[in-house]
Amino acid sequence: MFVPSVTNPIGDFVRNLVPQVTAYLPVAFQSETLDSVVAFLINAVICIIAVCAVNIGSAPILIYMERKVCAHVQCRLGPMRLGWHGTIQTIADVLKMLFKEVYAPSGADKLMFYTAPMIVLIAPFMVCALIPFSKDLVVADVSMGIPLIIAVNGFGVLGILLGGWSSNNKYSLLGALRSGAQIISYEISFAMILLFVVMISGSTNLMDITMSQQGTVFDWWIFKIPVLGFIAFILFFISSTAEMNRAPFDIAEAEQELTGGYHTEYNGTPFAMFYLAEYIALVTNSALATTCFLGGFHAPCIGFAPVDNVLNMVPGLVWFFGKVFFMIWCYMMVRWTFVRPRVDQLMDFEWKFLLPVNLVLLTAGAAWIAISG
Amino acid sequence: MQESSSFIPYIKRYLKRCITGPWSLLCGLSVTFKYFIDPRRIVTEQYPENRKTLKMHPRYRGRLEMIEDADGNNHCTACGMCERACPNASINVLSTKNIAGKKVLGRYVYHFASCTQCGLCVEACPFGAIRMNQDFEVATTDPNTLEMILNKKEGQG
Repeated sequence: MFVPSVTNPIGDFVRNLVPQVTAYLPVAFQSETLDSVVAFLINAVICIIAVCAVNIGSAPILIYMERKVCAHVQCRLGPMRLGWHGTIQTIADVLKMLFKEVYAPSGADKLMFYTAPMIVLIAPFMVCALIPFSKDLVVADVSMGIPLIIAVNGFGVLGILLGGWSSNNKYSLLGALRSGAQIISYEISFAMILLFVVMISGSTNLMDITMSQQGTVFDWWIFKIPVLGFIAFILFFISSTAEMNRAPFDIAEAEQELTGGYHTEYNGTPFAMFYLAEYIALVTNSALATTCFLGGFHAPCIGFAPVDNVLNMVPGLVWFFGKVFFMIWCYMMVRWTFVRPRVDQLMDFEWKFLLPVNLVLLTAGAAWIAISG
Repeated sequence: MQESSSFIPYIKRYLKRCITGPWSLLCGLSVTFKYFIDPRRIVTEQYPENRKTLKMHPRYRGRLEMIEDADGNNHCTACGMCERACPNASINVLSTKNIAGKKVLGRYVYHFASCTQCGLCVEACPFGAIRMNQDFEVATTDPNTLEMILNKKEGQG
């Protein structure tokens, strides 16, 4: 009992170790059930630590990367002074953030005000637990992975709405309401694209979706279905950018209009949590794009045996993070290139363009499945 | 009938924009991508580190100086056009008379403390006798050094 569907060496090691340790205990404590429960709990703690390490560890790297990409796009150098090419800069920024005094504005709903950043953080952490990082590295291998991601991803908007509402500030409230409208609208096309992936791969389990792309580069879903896969990838890119509240769809915190949007009144650690959530969402959305379209942890084989053997020697984890960082780089280039649309243009784009195109895409995907068998 | 005649151009325009819109976005992305991969386009100067090799931009306006040849002769005729052009009275042209009784430059007093480096004096000078040089490290702890006399020799007329 309590043995997961996907086993890996670390979990097996713990499961083997626990009975050996309990053998030294009194006979009253020795039972197979107790051993499996203890092993399960230890594995759960290891999983939690791993997810936190991936998420919180990637945030400083991403902040540094964002500043460097932004600088080089704008013909600047970015942080250069602290450490080699400014590598310690983000750590200094984080420390500055943490040492600031935390206070709420007068008239703010204190409970809601301090709960909101935590709620925002929940969604990306939960999505991260569902992503298969390698053949045997997945925290929760649930059969209803995609519906769970669609359900959990909408959680972030609750935190944003609460934060804006409880701040007792008109700018925050307007930003939060805009953000709510935007995320709820774009969630529809986000879900539609994921349904397209589910339809063509025939499974809602993220591990099965990844395994269905085994083979060469041309077996990845972005290339396997001619044209349709690429269109679906582009649409996923657009809707996930809007989901993450990133530029060019960052109307929730449009600085020129709202002085910062829903986190206008936040400072210190709560603000850092909003900031962190934004960057973890970047990682999880890139990971989702990688899993659904770019073949997950599979090596980019080209169908030529000597090259493929070399590529397959690299562990899947490296390929996965390579693809994730490529996706993150794409998101960053888009952020620093394009201009922000108006609110009405944003809504027009979703309801008059993206949603009809998605419906056509779903139909075309069904037709492709029917034709190709 | 009116509607059907305007409907087809509308659809045509819509479809055309579906092509030109993404194309213009791709053009923008290509520009930023070129900037991203080309380190020669970076304009930031690592100032205190590259102090030895730093070359100031030719259009930079630093301190005012007088154009002099190797012997220290200048072209100033003490006409006072620069003094009149200066918006904050940073220039005092003190003339004197030479042996022939002609008005020549005595001392060209320049108050760097009040100068805004606007360059109007250089534009006003009819003889091309002054220019703005490339100095940018001009901070000082002694205010008296900001009052300077630019000409080494008296004017020859």
